[in-house]
Amino acid sequence: MREVAIIGIGQTPVGEHWEKSLRHLAHDAIGAAMRDAGIETADALYVGNMLSGELNGQEHLGALIADFSGLRGIEAMKVEAACGSGAAALRVGIMSVASGLNDIVLVCGIEKMTDAPGHVTTSALATAADQEYEVSQGISFVGLNALLMRRYMHEYGVSKEAFAGFTVNAHRNALTNPNAMFHSAVSEAAYARAGMIADPINLLDSSPVCDGAACVVLAPADRYRSRTQARILASAVAIDSLAVHDRRDPLVLDAAVISSQKAYAQARLTPVDIHLFELHDAFSIMSALSLEAAGFAPRGAGVQLAQHGEISLTGRIPISTMGGLKARGHPVGATGVYQVVEAVMQLTGRAGPNQVGGATVAMTQNIGGSGATVITHILGAV
Amino acid sequence: MSIPRNWRTRQQRYSLKAEVCDNCGKTIFPPRDVCPHCARERQHWTTLSGLGEVYSFTTMYNAPTGFEEYAPYTMALVKLNEGPLVTAQLTDVDAGEVRIGMPVEMVTRKLMQDGDEGQILYGYKFRPVLQRTSA
Repeated sequence: MREVAIIGIGQTPVGEHWEKSLRHLAHDAIGAAMRDAGIETADALYVGNMLSGELNGQEHLGALIADFSGLRGIEAMKVEAACGSGAAALRVGIMSVASGLNDIVLVCGIEKMTDAPGHVTTSALATAADQEYEVSQGISFVGLNALLMRRYMHEYGVSKEAFAGFTVNAHRNALTNPNAMFHSAVSEAAYARAGMIADPINLLDSSPVCDGAACVVLAPADRYRSRTQARILASAVAIDSLAVHDRRDPLVLDAAVISSQKAYAQARLTPVDIHLFELHDAFSIMSALSLEAAGFAPRGAGVQLAQHGEISLTGRIPISTMGGLKARGHPVGATGVYQVVEAVMQLTGRAGPNQVGGATVAMTQNIGGSGATVITHILGAV
Repeated sequence: MSIPRNWRTRQQRYSLKAEVCDNCGKTIFPPRDVCPHCARERQHWTTLSGLGEVYSFTTMYNAPTGFEEYAPYTMALVKLNEGPLVTAQLTDVDAGEVRIGMPVEMVTRKLMQDGDEGQILYGYKFRPVLQRTSA
């Protein structure tokens, strides 16, 4: 297998892009990444997307976006793993380059969510859950996370206010990310006042519905050494049951544990070697569970990292360094690629005011559903 | 839910029809082809007692399509006495009275209706266990 390098990155601002369609957004990110890499064509494009069929009435995104980006004739297809689609597409891209089947591979995460009314989007997101035994009962994706958060608070004796630190940190970091959706600081008092969606989850526990596209360019490291921005040290996927009620223990993200352990083994690293962690903070409870599953906190103690400032840019394990899903935004199928683009910015010293000092190893973790697909990547600086 | 899908899952939804694994003895709900605990394929049918306790709960203010008219309503994970967790609505109880650990029992209720002329979906919900008086 060949070592894989990232030689270019691109992203659009995350937000409500009323003026742009799915294909325009995707091309904006792809064009930026190709210019950043200094390439004019590619061998393949893998598109990470979850909801284009449900929200845009459009499938077949591989051909649509490759053609729209002037890449007629190349290999292209869509990869889907719910909210983990972006990292899933990256995983396919890495396999494609590592195997030697392709040299220059584009991976584009794209989601266009604001074309549909809110309740349609809510139902579309719920297709990540078990339709026959969860959704048919009236639960939404927010509701599933609320069930996890309530149980977490009960089992570990944690107050709702204890989660505020995740939101405060994400919004603080997004302030200086020009591509983030929100540029407003959130105080602990504002968090405590926010309106309930599905108690105990309030508006400020939740990542927003939005549009966005991000892209990375992959190439074999040995042939593109001078253009390498970051090296892929690990790429690992693990799955668990779709339904929360089918889990061995709902408060342990088994797939995240396995995915993280596989990644650490591939990279020959342990949690203490990770300088920043772009985790899947779709809801604040997922931050706590992810920190525990990836080995940064013991069971039930993930939320304490947010209370003690250890997740800030200068803390022990910085998370959501550019705002995370909560404040950069969560265009679902694009999120996994945004995480990697941001990790590359950190590893190349291009994160501006958000720079984590001396960062040479970054981990990203993208989650499909409420923990059913977990995809972990570890990136190293050149 | 489509009519064939409704029909296929009716026994699970009307009577909590479940399985017991012939190999590891664990109770499986909803039924599967392969045991999630030991990955073997031989099970036999069983019917659950319908008794359990609230493992977690939430009140849904933003309901998904088809459930808007019922919001707000309470959803729960119920830990059944036989072992499995099940996702279901709570009924016949005020949201403020629900507690983790509260004993509940299964009842059959209307879940939703596919428009004015569509099928009505029935299934399990759970309510606090009623105090039974001796005859």
